[in-house]
Formats: sequence, structure tokens, C-alpha cells
Amino acid sequence: MKFIQAVAVALVLGWLAGCSSTGDSKEGDVAVEDHSGTAGDDGAATASGVGAYGDLSVESLNDPNSPLAQRVIYFEFDSSDVAEQDRDIVAAHAAFLAANPEVKVNVEGHTDERGAREYNIGLGDQRAQSVRRMLEFQGVAPVQITTVSFGEEKPAVEGYDESAWSMNRRVELVYVGY
Amino acid sequence: MKILHSSLLIFFLCLPGWLQAALTIEITQGVDGAVPIAVVPFGTVAGSSAPAEDIAAIIASDLARSGRFAPLAERDMIARPVEVSQVRFQDWRTLGSENLVIGKIETVGANQYRIQFRLFDVFRGRQITGHSLPATADQLRYVAHRISDIIYEKLTGQPGAFATRIAYVISEVRNGKKAYMLQLADSDGYNPKTLLTSAQPLMSPSWSPDGRQLAYVSFEKRRAAVFVQDVFTGKRQELAAFAGINGAPSWSLDGRSMAVTLSRDGNPEIYSMRLSDKKLKRLTFGAAIDTEPVWSPDGKSIVFTSDRGGSPQLYRMPAQGGRAQRLTFEGNYNASADISPDGKSLALVHGEGGRYRIASLDLESSLLRILSDGQLDESPSFAPNGSMIIYATESGHRGVLAAVSSDGRFRQRFSLRKGNVREPVWSPFTKRK
Repeated sequence: MKFIQAVAVALVLGWLAGCSSTGDSKEGDVAVEDHSGTAGDDGAATASGVGAYGDLSVESLNDPNSPLAQRVIYFEFDSSDVAEQDRDIVAAHAAFLAANPEVKVNVEGHTDERGAREYNIGLGDQRAQSVRRMLEFQGVAPVQITTVSFGEEKPAVEGYDESAWSMNRRVELVYVGY
Repeated sequence: MKILHSSLLIFFLCLPGWLQAALTIEITQGVDGAVPIAVVPFGTVAGSSAPAEDIAAIIASDLARSGRFAPLAERDMIARPVEVSQVRFQDWRTLGSENLVIGKIETVGANQYRIQFRLFDVFRGRQITGHSLPATADQLRYVAHRISDIIYEKLTGQPGAFATRIAYVISEVRNGKKAYMLQLADSDGYNPKTLLTSAQPLMSPSWSPDGRQLAYVSFEKRRAAVFVQDVFTGKRQELAAFAGINGAPSWSLDGRSMAVTLSRDGNPEIYSMRLSDKKLKRLTFGAAIDTEPVWSPDGKSIVFTSDRGGSPQLYRMPAQGGRAQRLTFEGNYNASADISPDGKSLALVHGEGGRYRIASLDLESSLLRILSDGQLDESPSFAPNGSMIIYATESGHRGVLAAVSSDGRFRQRFSLRKGNVREPVWSPFTKRK
């Protein structure tokens, strides 16, 4: 129960954080909610244009200056809470995915090498689920998201101290076919 | 008093080709009180050709690895009896050997041998047991392990577990790419055989109770799936490939059910799958991570890892699900349990102060005892006679296997020449022809 509450609070905070940063950005207060609807209906997909998170076209996935270029979210030890500073990253991907309902994303959860391997599969799964819930909360259709946990099996960095471990406790957003 | 034998390498003299892949075993912590025994090199019956294996050396190595025996070095033997009539007990009393093993090998056909051995009580001056076993050339090592089992049981009252195998996972870099292998080897690290090679992670091997099949997790499709593979034929089938986690397979001891962890309902939960029709029954509920199920030997309960209390700890619930009882309270991390064959204790990963070590938990007294001395030890697995626990550890930043006696007094390390080896699981007792 506590966990669910924590996730719910985190999601609301994350959403609010996303909104407040929207106000600061030069593009003004373009909302993200309706893009998926218009995109599918009458070929008006281009209407989404440049939103709160910049260019939301599929081409922006390959733009190194797009917020979508950031596809890794890091976690504290034995935690599956998305940190405050990373919520904008998730929100940018959520806006992109909501605007492009044909795009699919694989949410891959990872842990550091410490502890039991199958428990780490569980922990990586919960990290991936945290990100999935944030994406869905912000308008991404469930069919666009698959999750997989690799636990400690696929470290990003080979190493044996906190500097390596902190890079391995992560969720990677992998766009399928892009 | 513990003695460090860092230089005592158990002999691996045989076929050099095997050394490449075999696990070599080093005793890293010996014990006082190991019983002196002499295993005399086996003779060859007149007219027979000597086999490719040194049977006595295999037996002596087995007995030394158990931590219970201290075999006499061959160079210290003052006699080499082959027949009963050649045994002078006084020689062996002088050397302090409490027991003596002699034997001979006879060729009885093309690639067919008969191996006879006798075990003596040196101080009473009488034979304890004697057997004659047939073997083909490629069964010689196995038959030597069977002889070790007989000797061990006669002298300790507990069945030997030398004629068993271990399965484990290897990862190595090949041409700049990671490769993962599921292998099995004899309990002394010899005869390694690869069951599966994949470019994606393999994990969590689990033996069927008859030792004929292994369940494991493969990410070969970039997502987790549980497979079951016949060890002898190599034939395999996919057992679980739901959305999310398909992990932590564990066979019930009647062989009819498999406990698995799935997250298809949104959270890591333990399920029991009836193998006859793959029907699933969900056993755990809630927002916590519930995983790493293992069945008790009587099939009535399942021990598992859960972070429902805020940190990973071990719990026990009825095999059909229901109220779980917390078992571990010491330390902030207790996971990855294996249950001893007698059901009385657990081996587990115990984390405290940033160190992860193997510990045993007495289920009656709740006494926790730390058995290993690594930093990141994991994946404990009991030998089928409960005498040893094999586990994964690190040495020089490489994954190696180690084994520790259940009382923590005796340790040894299994090393590969290259690559990382991990997730060892000791087979049940098996019958091989």
C-alpha cells in the first residue's frame, strides 16, 4: 500500500514538475494530451508540431539536441523511485510517445551487481514498471510500451565500485525500429 | 584452528585437453581433524592394459575435497599393495593412516574394465568393504566417484555426493561480444559440457528432481523466457514466456510442479505451474517483489525472497499459497535461499555493511551463521547429501565458484582459466548407467 501511495505521489509530483517547466519554456503552454487523438483521426498528425518538449516528430528521435536524446534514467540502491531531476526526461518521452502512437518503446530495467540475481530481476522490473506507469499516466497507450528486466545481467559499465554501480542502476528507453 | 592451504592444489594430471575448460579446484581453507587415509595407486591385472585414468588419484582427490579426509601423498607411501596378501597393516599404522584403500583394474573386453577395490580399517586390521564394478573407458571417472561415494558413506555414515554434477553459467567475451553458456560438469569440475550458448544472458538453472532436466531463464529473444532442457538429449521446450519477468524456476521435489516468478500481472509474483498442463496458480499478492521460490523437501512449503517489509528478507508460505512467515531478521539483506536436503536449514545470501556473504540459517533455532568471506558472494546451492554448499564469488574481479562445508570449517575454490563462472547448482543424486 505504502508503495502504491509513493508511486502515486511521485507521479503527481512528476506531472506537476513537467507542467511548471512547460511555463518556462519558450514554446509556451502547448498541452500534450490530445495529440494521439488527432494523429489517428484525419491525418492531422503534423498538427502536433513543436510542443512543450520541442520537436515531437519521429525525426527528433535522432536529434542529439532533443530532450529525447536522453534515454537513461538512474536509480538509488534498492530503489525503484524515479528521481526528481529525471522526471522531465520521462515526461519528454511521454509527450513524444503520446504524439506518435505508432511508435513503440521497450522499457528495460537494470540493477547493479550486488545481491541476489533473481531479486535483481524483480528490482529491475519494478524500475521499468515505475517508468511505464509515468508514461501511461502522461498519455502513452499501454500497447506502445513493453517492459523487460535484465537485473544485473547487462551492466552498462564493468566495474566494482559505486562509480560503476551508479551507472548500472538504470532504466533504458529503447525505441523499437528507430 | 583453521589452516590456510593456499598452495595445496588438488592434482589435475590427466588429459591436458580438458584443462582448458575444466574447473580446477583449490582448497582455500582446510581443517584440523581431517581423517588420514591412504589410497594406494590401483594395480593392473596381468595381461590387462592400464586405463587412461588414475582411479586412485580421483578417489583421493574426492576425499580431500570433502574436507573430511586427508589422503596420504603418494610419495610418502612405503608400500604399494594391490592384493590383500600384500597388505602389512603395521606399515600404515606407522604412517598414521586410519584407513587404507587398495584396488586393481582388469580389462575384460574392448574398452571394458572391471575395477575391484577394498577398504580397510588399519588399526583393527580388517576389511570394511570391498566391491567390484564394471566400467567402459568413458565411465572410468564416474566409477571412481562411485567408489568415493561408497568409501565416504562407510566411514562417515552419510551418503557421498561425488558421483553428482554441477550446472553453472559462464559469461565470456568472444571477438568483442559477450557470450553466455549453460554448462554442466562432474562434481570435481571435470567433463564440462555445454548445454546452450547464447549472445544474450542465461540465468537461474534449476535441476529436475531426477537430475535429467534443467530449467533455466534465457533472454535469447531479448526478453525473459523459462525453458526446460533434457540434459541427455539436449531437447528443450519453452515453459513460460509471458509479458515481463519469467524467472526463478524451481522444481517441486515430486517433479510435477514448477514455481516461477512472473510479472505478467504488473508486479513480480510467485506462481506454481502444473507441468502436465501448464496451469498456473498465483501464490503471492501485493506490491512488493516476491521471488526466488524454493520448495521444502516435503513439498508442503515454499521459501522465497520478498521486500514486503522494506528490505529483501526470506519468508515461508504454504506451497498452495497463504500466510507467509518471516524467517530472517538479522541484517538488511537476506535472499536467494536454498533448502538443505533434510529441510532443517537454509543457505542464503546475507548482506550487511555493504558485504554479501553466504550464510546458513537453522530453521529451528533461527541461528544465522556466516560461512563465506567474499564481498559479493551469491547463489548458494546444497550438495544432495547436505555436506557442502557451492556458491559464486569473485577472485581478481572474475566470477569463480567456491564451496564451503555446511559447518563453515572447510572451503575450496573452483577456477576457470578464462571467463566468469556463476550460478552453480548442485544436481540431485542421479543414477547413470
